[in-house]
Amino acid sequence: MSGTSAFLEGLKAGLGEFVPMWALWLGSALISVAIALGLISLIAMFSVWLERKVAGHIQCRYGPMYVGWHGWLQSIADGVKLLLKEDLIPRDADRVLFMLAPALVLAAIVGAMAAYPLAPGILFADIDLGLFFIIAMSSMTTIGVVMAGWASNSKWTIYGSMREAAQVVAYEIPLGVSLLVPVMVAGTLNLREASAAQADFFGMGWFMFKNPFMLPAFLLFLVAALAETKRAPFDLPEAESELVAGFMTEYSGIRWSFFFMEEYAAMFLMSAIGAVFFLGGFESPLTHLAGQLFGRDLVVVGAGPEFAFTAINWGALVYQLVAGGTLLVKSFLGIFLMMWLRWTLPRIRIDQVMTMGYKYLTPLALVCVLGAALWEAGWQALVRS
Amino acid sequence: MANETRESAQGSSRIQATGPGEVTVDIRTPDLEINFGPQHPATHGVMRILMRADGELVTGAQPHLGYLHRCAEKIGENVEWLQYLPYTDRYDYLASMNNNLGYSLAVEALLGIEIPRRATLIRIICAELNRIGSHLVAFGTYGLDIGAFTPFLYTFREREWMMALFEKICGARLTYSYIRIGGVFNDAPPGWFEEVARFCDVFDEKWKEYCDLLLVNQIYVKRTANVGVISRDMALDFGLTGPMVRGSGIDWDLRRDMPYMCYGEIWRDGAFKIPVARGEMGALGDCWDRSWVRVMEMVESTKIVRWCLDHMVDGPVIGEIPKTLKVPAGEAYVGIENPRGELGHYVVSDGGKVSIRTRVRGPSFCNLAVLEDVLPGSLVGDAIAIIGSTDIVVGETDR
Repeated sequence: MSGTSAFLEGLKAGLGEFVPMWALWLGSALISVAIALGLISLIAMFSVWLERKVAGHIQCRYGPMYVGWHGWLQSIADGVKLLLKEDLIPRDADRVLFMLAPALVLAAIVGAMAAYPLAPGILFADIDLGLFFIIAMSSMTTIGVVMAGWASNSKWTIYGSMREAAQVVAYEIPLGVSLLVPVMVAGTLNLREASAAQADFFGMGWFMFKNPFMLPAFLLFLVAALAETKRAPFDLPEAESELVAGFMTEYSGIRWSFFFMEEYAAMFLMSAIGAVFFLGGFESPLTHLAGQLFGRDLVVVGAGPEFAFTAINWGALVYQLVAGGTLLVKSFLGIFLMMWLRWTLPRIRIDQVMTMGYKYLTPLALVCVLGAALWEAGWQALVRS
Repeated sequence: MANETRESAQGSSRIQATGPGEVTVDIRTPDLEINFGPQHPATHGVMRILMRADGELVTGAQPHLGYLHRCAEKIGENVEWLQYLPYTDRYDYLASMNNNLGYSLAVEALLGIEIPRRATLIRIICAELNRIGSHLVAFGTYGLDIGAFTPFLYTFREREWMMALFEKICGARLTYSYIRIGGVFNDAPPGWFEEVARFCDVFDEKWKEYCDLLLVNQIYVKRTANVGVISRDMALDFGLTGPMVRGSGIDWDLRRDMPYMCYGEIWRDGAFKIPVARGEMGALGDCWDRSWVRVMEMVESTKIVRWCLDHMVDGPVIGEIPKTLKVPAGEAYVGIENPRGELGHYVVSDGGKVSIRTRVRGPSFCNLAVLEDVLPGSLVGDAIAIIGSTDIVVGETDR
């Protein structure tokens, strides 16, 4: 049973007599949005700090050191600064679209966050099409970016947004197709179920090791995810040496920071998808051990006669935390990889980006899908015979 | 007029700013006219290039100069000979030692005075160290243009030490005014030569890091090889000098071909070579060749510095130069090999305290001219790479 519905059931059991069901539903939805937004802000702040530290240490310096221990409060200080900055809207800009674009970008990424499983039993929404939902929602941000570029009424921003549109269209295909490989093995698009399917071999039954076509698919996914999240070496939409700041050139203050938050949240979600569909998701030997020791189900439904749920297995909370932490660590390892690449590699040119996406990644991803499908079919035929 | 517009849209003729006179012929999407600069992170200062682009394709480019014009040459005709020296620091602020040297040599040629041997050697050490520092900036910021941040900080790590060395010898980090007419300002402090030798030893290891990190990086090679190709003929036609002309495969270096001070002696000793591009990664004369030449020149500069350290003599570092210098009537032109090419000083004296004509041939200015012909036909990303590879310093193009 998913977290939200269990939460709703609990609320219904406790408050059902006093509050109508729709109000409970709305209330829990609002709380979920608030939590998702808070989570995105936290992830973005931590990632910005991490990025600066990683960049610093790669470049023979320390990065932020003054605000707090090793500058850990730097992101908060920057956030306050951004809130206090003047909110500039260029005179010739399309005011409505200009103001709408960052909001759309942020809304899309908060929506995508809904499918992120915090822990096996603690979710915002247990969506059966979770993967599809995340990819669809994070593609929505592209509309916001193109909108921002157009509304700013500047040539540089137009360049940025056209590049973004071209790049995302080119890389959406290999991204989706390379994700089909683990989806085919898992037989589900649900992130929680896909993760649970990797629990064998003491939590090391990762999809990565289950099929010889999985490793190339993972590499293709990595490259496509970099392009999808506008990260170096594919950071052409905001290539600062070419386009000043690309589509963000005219933005300042808190609106600018919305784009920034979106970038880091998108990085996080892409890493999380990669972690769930290739690297075992919640599963690791440690998760396995915690599951064995404390049990896995947080809420034991129908354990008593009086309520919809009566027993909460508090011990399973340890398991849930370990599982959630495992996914978080794996996601941040993905983010670290993206940062590492960014501060090491030069930028690719736009025609090279297009060539790579259409001529190499897409055919290779299709080959991977075909190979994995044949392999799975052969494997199952072998098992059945 | 219509004909002219069509031609300019194809990038075959020089472009003009859009004005009321321009008419659009037939139904076609007009090319985008972009002001690249003066405030743009990749123009290395305040240069403005008016670019005409068809989507990502650059169809025309016209550099506009003058945003940093400070009347340097006119000032040279209004202040005394010695007073002009600090102004020379400011043309190419990344190679101030070389600028000081060029001006001092020109005035000394008029004076006809002998420079103490120790001063000459210290001058060469400073000029070559400054060449290393200048190329470090050129190579590091070129990495920034291509989108690689880290090499920039790696190069600045060594440049920091180079500037600390200059700070020890003359007190300034950027605008030195150390090389004076008649010699150098003061003798090196104790232990300075030993530290310079240590710097050279360390640098011999460090430049390999830049090669690993950037120069042979596949993405870097893909971005720069076959991009912005300047053929030998084109290089000669435009009068390119320095790494730009050597990057096109022409073996031309003033230190050997028009030797000044004791560079001729060092060359005959076989202490240094002149790196000339061979088109290793693509066509001869592409951006990669130019950046390769710069990296290799830094290595050769350390060899020159070592030769000078080995042949250092004791003695005075500046001759007897009166406070108010009167230069005999006549004219002199001295060209020296600046990090960016031939820096020429042409000075004319009527025998008085003030020059009657000071003319500077700035290598950045002359090398910049080639952009107008190289940029059309490249992509916007390539345009940045090409501008970066010319390694201009706007302080010198405008003076």
